[in-house]
Amino acid sequence: MFRLGGGGSGGGGGGGCDYGDEEGLELGLGLSLTSGAYASSSNGAISSQVIGWPPVKTYRMNSLVNQAKFSKNEGEKGASGNDNLTKKKNINHEDKNDEMVTKETGHSGFVKVNMDGLPIGRKVDLNAHDCYETLAQALEIMFLKASTSAKFIRAEKHQRSRLLDGSSDFVLTYEDKEGDWMLVGDVPWRMFLGTVKRLRIMQTSDANGLGTFRVDKTQKMAKLANWVTG
Amino acid sequence: MNAPMPPQQQVTNLDVNVSSMGSSFPEEVLEHVLSFITSHTDRNIVSLVCKSWYDIERWCRRRIFVGNCYAVSPAIVIRRFPEVRSVEVKGKPHFADFNLVPDGWGGYFYPWICEMAKACPWLEEIRLKRMVVTDECLELIAKSFKNFKVLVLSSCEGFSTDGLAAIAANCRDLRELDLRESDVEDLSGRWLSHFPNSCTSLQSLNISCLSSEISFSVLQHLIARSPNLKTLRLNRAVPLEKLYTLLHRAPQLVELGTGAYSAEIRSDVYTNLTDAFSRCKELKGLSGFWDVVPSYLPALYSVCSRLTSLNLSYATIQSPDVTKIITLCPNLQSLSVLDYIEDTGLNAVSLSCKDLRELRVFPSDPFVADANVSLTEQGLVDVSEGCTKLQSVLYFCRQMSNSALSSIAKNRPNLTCFRLCILEPRAPDYLTFEPLDSGFGAIVDHCKQLQRLSLSGLLTDRVFEYIGKRAKKLEMLSIAFAGDTDLGLHHVLSGCDSLRKLEIRDCPFGDKALLANVSKLETMRSLWMSSCSVSLGACKRLSQKMPRLNVEVIDEQGDLDSRPDSCHVEKLYVYRSVAGPRFDMPSFIRTMGQNPAYRRKKKKADP
Repeated sequence: MFRLGGGGSGGGGGGGCDYGDEEGLELGLGLSLTSGAYASSSNGAISSQVIGWPPVKTYRMNSLVNQAKFSKNEGEKGASGNDNLTKKKNINHEDKNDEMVTKETGHSGFVKVNMDGLPIGRKVDLNAHDCYETLAQALEIMFLKASTSAKFIRAEKHQRSRLLDGSSDFVLTYEDKEGDWMLVGDVPWRMFLGTVKRLRIMQTSDANGLGTFRVDKTQKMAKLANWVTG
Repeated sequence: MNAPMPPQQQVTNLDVNVSSMGSSFPEEVLEHVLSFITSHTDRNIVSLVCKSWYDIERWCRRRIFVGNCYAVSPAIVIRRFPEVRSVEVKGKPHFADFNLVPDGWGGYFYPWICEMAKACPWLEEIRLKRMVVTDECLELIAKSFKNFKVLVLSSCEGFSTDGLAAIAANCRDLRELDLRESDVEDLSGRWLSHFPNSCTSLQSLNISCLSSEISFSVLQHLIARSPNLKTLRLNRAVPLEKLYTLLHRAPQLVELGTGAYSAEIRSDVYTNLTDAFSRCKELKGLSGFWDVVPSYLPALYSVCSRLTSLNLSYATIQSPDVTKIITLCPNLQSLSVLDYIEDTGLNAVSLSCKDLRELRVFPSDPFVADANVSLTEQGLVDVSEGCTKLQSVLYFCRQMSNSALSSIAKNRPNLTCFRLCILEPRAPDYLTFEPLDSGFGAIVDHCKQLQRLSLSGLLTDRVFEYIGKRAKKLEMLSIAFAGDTDLGLHHVLSGCDSLRKLEIRDCPFGDKALLANVSKLETMRSLWMSSCSVSLGACKRLSQKMPRLNVEVIDEQGDLDSRPDSCHVEKLYVYRSVAGPRFDMPSFIRTMGQNPAYRRKKKKADP
């Protein structure tokens, strides 16, 4: 018959090392999830930042993200935004004839994202975003680890993603079609979509070299710009 | 699938190939009788009666269901059932839906299609869930089966529209192509034009997960030459103003998923749409509804009275609009909505939709702590009261009370599936601040047929005591941020007689409960535990005690070998298998009891 000794195993008991050393994984990322990713209320507070919670399928979350952008573009949340119909998602409606139009970017949705220090990669759907801001915020959500005793972080007011503004220990980089690693955010979004192969969240110290490299790429970028627009 | 037990000695002179008269039972008769037995469990039981029944049954088994692709080896399955026509296989654990299972975990379909391509030329149907399917797999399907009819890829990944083109081009008699919620590398919409003009067999097409635009004329023509098309789920890129032309060509549709439900407000668009819907006399189910413009909703009104299924869970429309349309559907059996419906909307549902069997309410803003909508426990209580046939519930909300759960339980003892997600982990009864133990206790107490349960909110070991004692028909249980000690897990493992799938995250459950219930795990399909308190040493001991379990430890930090046995594992996946340990794992997953060197030698890469 099963009997428990005194105390049983509580939330971190059992001795030994605990998994996921939180300090080692501290990203110093901004905590704002809401306004960019979802059409949110004015209160930016977040109930939790734990991977996989609440248990909403990724498929559904991407769909909501897309629509929040849609109604955000209208300047209002939810249905009231939908009443403003003169602006539409340009993908669907600008094309008047029956011929197929290849997507502007010629790019499929999901790209791999790896973060320095984590052997596990994830995937992000670039189609779910129309600007760097929402992409960076989605990545912040993705790469905050679940802990054995989950932490619930109260958010401050909405801030720009620190992955983009250079204030965190990590920066967001991408590998382009030519195999070069570039800092995310330098080129127009559509151009980025057309050239990105995969993403990497890199230690800021490692990324410093990218800055100068970028200068050398100007000519390459000019050629690329011609390819994208011409 | 059950491994066969040794057959009883036969008293009669029955042998394997008996077909003679007299006291023996002709094979053909048994085969005929078996053709009426379709449930997998029943077929498995039939095969255990005696050796000859086992043999006869295996030769006439047409449908196979494999709940865990790693529980059996494809070669053995195909060898046992050479005449199979329909295969259904599931791969990754359920928590993969929520990003808890790392990339590269496994679930590859390739080994299966290799076996089937060789041995089952008459295969007709493949249904997969949470598996990795490559373009090469799709090409093999397209080339190998002359009579191929049905391909359903639910939450799968790894393939592109090129693979779909191969299917379209080669499967002459394709009846069903359903990509529901799969992650497809969408290179372009051109694949659809690979359906030859001679293909007129389509009955069901679900491309809702694709983002690329499809050539509208190609789509139109495909629909026009598919007179048996009953289910059509379009993707978002199909424009609303042109939907009417598709409906004109398919007035026989029973289920429709719209594309984006928005367009400039124009009376001709509105009239065309209204008219087209009114012609669809068979329409029973609607879905899609991205980007809804409320002004276009009335175009649907003519079909509402016939609707049995309505999925508005992507429709970001406010309560009055969503309520209006739902209350026009008195025959609704299945409803999915966003929480924009609010309590008032659900109250209306409880009064109008008396035939409702299944309700799903999803959160519009899952990451915001404060309620953005007025949806509380009251909505669910009202529906439980008014909808007497309600059996299945999935409900996301921000507050719950024991009294509400108790009411729901008393109102609806016929519930078979109850999944409640209170958004804030460990949220207590908002009225009394107590744990929600007694509320969920009431659920398992009253709902004696409960098969599936998902818990949330503040819960102590007590709720698991109730579950272990009462939930005797429970087959699947999902637990998160709950419990105090190992006793909680022990209650479940020792009490829930019908348990097949148990998934746990972020609970203080550990070694004691696991090691005290090792035999239980072999009666289940699988156990998932992540961010709990199970030690590496316990995993090893479990594996030693139960050699027919695969005890897989997922370690995202790399290098499990250097960790002490006392270390807590991050993720644990335990499942019974007759196929032994698998060799297609990435480096960060280890099967306990498996020699790493041996494993590396045997590792087969997936193409």
